[in-house]
Amino acid sequence: MAMATDIAALLADQAPLPGHEPWPRYQVDALLWTDIGRLLGAGEGDLLGLWAERDAVHLALRAPTLPSPCVISLPVTDGAFPSIGHHHAPAIRLERAVHDLYGFIAHDAQDERPWLDHGAWGVRVPLGVPEEVSPRDPADYPMLQVRGEGLHQVPVGPVHAGIIEPGHFRFTANGETVVRLEQRLGYTHKGIDGLLTDVALPQAQRIVARVSGDSTVALSFAFARAVEAALGIAVPERAQVIRGVMAELERIANHFGDIGAIGNDASFPLIHAYCGIFRERVLAACDALFSHRLMMDEIIPGGVVQNISAAGIAELVAALDEIEPRFAQIVRLYDDTPSLQDRTCFTGIVSNELVTRWAAGGHVGRASGRDFDTRRDLAYAPYLGLTLAVPLFKSGDVDARVRVRIREVEESIRLLRRWLAALPDGEVIVNIPRIGEAREGIAMVEAFRGDVLVWLRLDADGRVARCHVRDASWFQWPLLEAAIENNIVADFPLCNKSFNCSYAGHDL
Amino acid sequence: MRTLLFRSLLSAPVTMGAPKPEIADLEEVGAALTARARKLFGRSISIREVDAGSCNGCELEINALNNAVYDVERFGIRFVASPRHADVLLVTGPVTKNMKVALERTFDATPAPKWVVAVGDCAAGCGIFQASYAVVGSVADVVPVDLHIKGCPPRPIDLLRGLIALMDLATAGKRA
Repeated sequence: MAMATDIAALLADQAPLPGHEPWPRYQVDALLWTDIGRLLGAGEGDLLGLWAERDAVHLALRAPTLPSPCVISLPVTDGAFPSIGHHHAPAIRLERAVHDLYGFIAHDAQDERPWLDHGAWGVRVPLGVPEEVSPRDPADYPMLQVRGEGLHQVPVGPVHAGIIEPGHFRFTANGETVVRLEQRLGYTHKGIDGLLTDVALPQAQRIVARVSGDSTVALSFAFARAVEAALGIAVPERAQVIRGVMAELERIANHFGDIGAIGNDASFPLIHAYCGIFRERVLAACDALFSHRLMMDEIIPGGVVQNISAAGIAELVAALDEIEPRFAQIVRLYDDTPSLQDRTCFTGIVSNELVTRWAAGGHVGRASGRDFDTRRDLAYAPYLGLTLAVPLFKSGDVDARVRVRIREVEESIRLLRRWLAALPDGEVIVNIPRIGEAREGIAMVEAFRGDVLVWLRLDADGRVARCHVRDASWFQWPLLEAAIENNIVADFPLCNKSFNCSYAGHDL
Repeated sequence: MRTLLFRSLLSAPVTMGAPKPEIADLEEVGAALTARARKLFGRSISIREVDAGSCNGCELEINALNNAVYDVERFGIRFVASPRHADVLLVTGPVTKNMKVALERTFDATPAPKWVVAVGDCAAGCGIFQASYAVVGSVADVVPVDLHIKGCPPRPIDLLRGLIALMDLATAGKRA
C-alpha cells in the first residue's frame, strides 16, 4: 500500500465517536496512529497535545487539510503504544510524562528517561497500576553527556535567584558561549492529571484555574468552553464579552510584567519601573471590578460569576486612558535606546523551522513568523467576526518577542475599548443542564503566552471523569534550549523572560 | 529618555499618589515595620523566596512588592538571591514531593536566626492539591513555619501586613 501523504485522507473513512464536541474524536488502530505520527513528523500537521487515561492514549492535532482540529485515540491493552516522538520530536516530553504517570511504554522512543517522576513520589506509575517503591536521590538523573575541549558546566536551580518558579537548567559553556542547555523540569508536579480524574465539576474548575496562576483566566475560559461544548450550553452574549474583557486584561497585565522584566534583565530599570506601574494599575482595576486581582475563578461553565456595572466600565476605561499614552512613551523609549536593543536584537534567535515543527504558540511562534492565533484561527466568542491584528515578525530574537508583545498590548487595548463601549445587555450566567449521559468536550483558548487546550469527559452524573490541560509551555520550553545556543550565559535571563514559559503549567 | 526622566522629577511619586485607602494602609504598615525592623536588624531584613510547588499566582503578587507602588525596599525589606544572605524564607505552594529536598536544603543553607513565612492557601494547608500522591503537604509539614499569610493568592498589601505580624512574633521572642 502506498503511504498516504495527507492526514485528512487517512481519517476520511473513520467515523467520529459520538458525544465529543465540537471537534471530532476518532478511535484508531496502531497502524493509523503511527501513520499519523509519521505525517506530523513530515510537517503535515501540528501536534496540539498528547495525554493518557487508564486504557488509552489520546493525541490532539490540527492539519491544513482538516476542517477542524481533531483527537485520535488509541486503546492501550498491553501497556505500550507506538511512539509519536520517534517521528515527531515535539511529542517526546509528552510521551515521557505519559510513561511516568501511566506506565505506558512508547515503542521506539528515543529518550526513555523519566520526565516528571524524580523518584520522590514513593510510588511508580501513580495513575496506572501504582506500585510502591522506595524514593530515589533526586539528583540521580542521567543528563545528556557533553564532551569537548575547554567545556565547563553551570548548573542552575531548582531554586532560582529571582522570585520565579523552580526548575533545573544545566548549561554547558565554552568560555562565555553556551554550547548546550538542558532543562530538567517537573519540580512543581502536583499530580493534576490525577486530581482531574473522577472529580466534581466545581472542584475540577478550581483546580484548572490553578494550573498556572498567570493564565488563570485563559485556563478557566478553556475549561468552561469545553464543558459548554460537551453539554451544548449557549452562554449569554454579555457573559461572552465579559470573558473577553478578562482575557485581554490578563494578557496586557502579563505582557507589561514581562516587557518590564526584560528591560530589567538588560539593566534598564526605567522600563521595568513604568511597566510595573502599568501592571499594577491593571490589576487594581481588576480587583475593583472582579474582587480579585488575577480574576481567579471568575469564568465558570455557563457564564461568569460577576457582572460589570456602568461604574466598573468607567473605571476600566479610565485606567486604559491613563496607561495607553504612557505606554506609547515607553515604547518610544525602547525604540530610541540602542544600548538596550544591543542586548535584545540578534539575541536568542529561534528559527521558523523550529517554531513550525513545534507548533509553538503565542509570542514565541509569532516572533519567528508562525502566523497563528487561536482567537483568529480557531475563533470563539467574543472574538468571532472580529478583525484581529495578529503581529508577525521574522527575526525570532528577543527583540521580536518584545515587539510582538507590544503590538498585542495595543491590540488588546483596542479590543477592550470596543467591547466596553457597547457591552451587550442581559444575563451573565445560565444553569448547567443535567444530560444523564457521558459527554466529551474540547476547547482551545489563546492565553497570553499562547494556546492552551482543555479536553474533558463528563460522566452521566455531570462529574468530571477525566480532564487534561495542556499549557502552551509544552511546545515552547524545548525551543528555549535552542534559543540560547551560541549566546552568552549572561543573555539567558533575557531569552528566558522573553519566552516566560510556565513551570507550573508544564509540570502539572 | 531625558524628557521622561525630567518629567518624573517633576511629578509626584506613584507610591504616594492617589489618596486611596490602600495607599494609606501601605503608609501605616510601612511606618510600623520600619520601627520594628530597626530594633531587630539595625535597618533591614533580607528575604529569600522559595516556590515549593505553587501555581505561580503567589509569585506574581510577591513580585509586585518590588514595584514602584508598593516599593518594599523603602521599608528596609529586600529580596536576596541566596539563602546564605537571608533572614526570612518566604515559601509558596503546597510542597511537592519533587521540591521537598530543595526546600530542606534551602532552609539548612539559611543562617540563624531565621524565620519562615508560608505564603498562600496552598502553603498553609495544601489548598486544592491536598489529596495528591505528588504533594507532601503544607510548608509546616517540611520546615518550621513562623507565620502564615493566607489568600489565593494574598494581595501585596496582605503580604506587607503579614511581614509586620512576623516582626511582632519575632520581638515577642517566640522563636530565635
